Amino acid sequence: MSASPKTRIVGTAQIRKEGVDKVLGRAKYVDDLEIEGMWYGATVRSSIPRGRITGIHFSPNLPGIDWSEFVVVTAADIPGKNHIQMIAADQPCLAGGMVNHCDEAIVLIAHRDKRRLPAAVSGVRVEYEPFTAVLSIEDSEAQREIIWGDNNVFKQFHLEKGNVDSVWATAEHIVEGEYHTGAQEHLYIENNGVIAEYNEEAGIKVWGSLQCPFYVHKSLMAVFDLPADKVRVIQTETGGAFGGKEDYPSVLASHAGLLAMKARRPIKMVYDRMEDLAATTKRHPSRTRHRTAVDKNGKLLAMEIEIATDGGAYSTLSSTVLSRATLHSTGPYVCPNVRIHSKAWATNTVPYGAFRGFGAPQTIFAIERHMEQVAKAVGIDSTEIRRRNFLHDGDSTATEQIMREPVILDILLERALEESGYHAKRKAFAIENANSAIRRGMGIAAFYHGSGFTGSGERTLNSLAGIDVTVDGRVRVLVSSTEFGQGTNTILTQIAAESLGIPYEDVEMAPPDTGIVPNSGPTVASRTSMVVGKLIERAGRQLIAALRDSAGLGELYSTQDFLTACENHRAIHGTVESLCRYEAPPNIFWDDRAYRGEAYPAFAWAVYVAEVAVDTTTYSAEVTNFYAVQEVGKVLNPTLAAGQIEGGVAQGVGYALYEKVILKNGHMANNQMTNYIMPTAADVPPIAVFFEEIPFEHGAYGAKGIGELPHDGPAPAILNAIQDAIGENFTSIPLQPEDIFVRLAFVNAGEAVEA
Amino acid sequence: MSICWSAIEITINGESASVQVPPMKRLLDVLREDLGLTGTKEGCGEGECGSCSVRMNGELVNSCLVPVLQADGARIETVEGLAIDAELHPLQKAFLECGGAQCGICTPGMLMAATQLLARNPSPSLSEIREGLAGNLCRCTGFMKIFDSVIEAAAMNGEMKNAR
Repeated sequence: MSASPKTRIVGTAQIRKEGVDKVLGRAKYVDDLEIEGMWYGATVRSSIPRGRITGIHFSPNLPGIDWSEFVVVTAADIPGKNHIQMIAADQPCLAGGMVNHCDEAIVLIAHRDKRRLPAAVSGVRVEYEPFTAVLSIEDSEAQREIIWGDNNVFKQFHLEKGNVDSVWATAEHIVEGEYHTGAQEHLYIENNGVIAEYNEEAGIKVWGSLQCPFYVHKSLMAVFDLPADKVRVIQTETGGAFGGKEDYPSVLASHAGLLAMKARRPIKMVYDRMEDLAATTKRHPSRTRHRTAVDKNGKLLAMEIEIATDGGAYSTLSSTVLSRATLHSTGPYVCPNVRIHSKAWATNTVPYGAFRGFGAPQTIFAIERHMEQVAKAVGIDSTEIRRRNFLHDGDSTATEQIMREPVILDILLERALEESGYHAKRKAFAIENANSAIRRGMGIAAFYHGSGFTGSGERTLNSLAGIDVTVDGRVRVLVSSTEFGQGTNTILTQIAAESLGIPYEDVEMAPPDTGIVPNSGPTVASRTSMVVGKLIERAGRQLIAALRDSAGLGELYSTQDFLTACENHRAIHGTVESLCRYEAPPNIFWDDRAYRGEAYPAFAWAVYVAEVAVDTTTYSAEVTNFYAVQEVGKVLNPTLAAGQIEGGVAQGVGYALYEKVILKNGHMANNQMTNYIMPTAADVPPIAVFFEEIPFEHGAYGAKGIGELPHDGPAPAILNAIQDAIGENFTSIPLQPEDIFVRLAFVNAGEAVEA
Repeated sequence: MSICWSAIEITINGESASVQVPPMKRLLDVLREDLGLTGTKEGCGEGECGSCSVRMNGELVNSCLVPVLQADGARIETVEGLAIDAELHPLQKAFLECGGAQCGICTPGMLMAATQLLARNPSPSLSEIREGLAGNLCRCTGFMKIFDSVIEAAAMNGEMKNAR
């Protein structure tokens, strides 16, 4: 365990860097921006889940619609490749021949007056030859219709450790279970939006609400057949993202760019809520099957896990989501024999994409519900089954990664039990429940979340980031890592100020503009504080060393002395810039083919406890208290860190109990905030947050990833608590009052229920 | 086609303004497009999320549901009117210090809802805060730090009063 270095700025609750602009209402989100001569764009979308386009007609004689006033773009107008460049290139920018999901973009139209657009969109009639659609994982597995590749499988992983088959015959207990999770919408309060400008000389320039400027940059190069220097992407203030603005902005930016090119004027496209909900990505639905062997004491002997995710119509990020789902599916437990088989399936629904947790919440829900059933089979307590199987330092995971950093799950569990009053409450509830229509219960979930890109991902990214000092004396952090509420601006400027030895107030972020900043990688995978932060820490030290070496900077210095030294440095070298490139921690080995080795450079660890009340009269379940205990390395800003945990827990509560995406023939039927329900201020439980800190040597000032972790644990903890309260084993989320009603009122009474 | 709409007079953050717009134009769009006050945000367009909350004659309204005709002669307060000169409003200070704003898109509406709450009830209990803000959705914070912010602002207001 490395000692925590003494810090001045890192570890303190500095005020959010862009906070003043936000509370004054002067922060500029994309819809707040206007450009001279700008028109507005809208999208004509498919109304069927699968079929061939046989004709596109522009209704004549529509009142108030003179088509000559509109600019119209179809797939035929694309100058480069008609695909969105993600991991693969299977998703068209605009559907030309086939449509493969409802709400797929087919035609783009623009007009100077945005209020004329809705009537025009409905005046475009698309004719189809409909094909049979594949609308579920089971449909896709049946392979009656092949809609992607030659078997409907986007990606599969197979992992073997030891020999599971040698165990089944002699194991004391074998426990089987099947678990389902639904789609979940990000529901960032700011919908997707961009502004695009195009001209022959400068190329294309896009401003937008987005997470990954260089993803959009790469995609635009392909669609417009332009070199890197003719594409410029600028992130505007972004009103929430949660993974939902990782890949979709590449689609929307391409659309606005195509209209801008044809209209020869800037184009703004901002979705309204219904369009955003119907057409953009969501969390992958999943089905996970467990078969687990344990000895008479509950010690894990073998785990066989089969995972299936619904990837939607195009591959987008499904392969990497599946990878993370696979690598989190065993939970934080030691097991000598493990077999995991996982597949991401194609269906004719809107592509599922990145969402906080990225596959982990799905499989952690399954394992943490399943461990509860294993405990019952063995006849031991929920806490005991976990304690007996926790990973410790020196143990190896399913990929045979040896835990070289301290693992303190026992401490986290003890603290969670203590802070929540777990045992005392369970005892009291057991007595109270006997005479009450309100049944209370306590539930636990223990889990890890891998920080940074999976396997060799960070090496491939090869991120570059740094610090510069402008001629007018502004000290800037140079990254493409973006702020969308999680605190990038604050954390990275704290780190820079710390390593430069100057005040927090004297450091700012360079504009998130691909024309200005280097590619520090995408803002995803809980990597910004740990990985990009480390590059900034190194860049700061490197700059100070250079200034000491050749620019006369002394041991003790003020900001003014620092800036004077920077000017001396500039006089010699021309610029003041310090960039650092990613260096993998030593002894890291990952074999992508065998799917073996160091899956993640570090893990964040947590034990969460949910306290619930189930009303057996109304059948509603409510989370009444929530306790989140975690170890995320060094906490860089306690206010921001707690905010991340609380926000993630609230999303997890929604995932467990409220948020249901209802698809009808592949179209989201409840695409409104009126009927897609997230937790409100009246619904969220009090959330108590606790950190244990073990600095991680290869993360910025000891930081590990934090952003995604809190979404992993709430759903299983809540359903475990519901089982504790009413004795029912629910295996699917979202779990709504209707589901509890059906189970309590009909199934237990032995009556047949139609699914 | 040119239609001459009759003028609608509103008092916006203490200053009078006159706009000639279609009477059914949403107050939200008049604020953002005709008056350049983009601090008020649109999140859902159907009165569910509260991002467009403003105060109208001392009542909290979703400006996406108010035809501007209804606001004729009204006194409207938006986030831009909270700070007086360079001095942040106690709620703005508290949101900054307590971490009540993350991505910031719900913040203007949340601040207006909190202003309304404290105007009615200067020292609300936690359950009154929960109820008072239940019409304003925040997807980032899980609301905990927003509750802290309102409690902190109420305390600051109390201190200011006591200081007088």
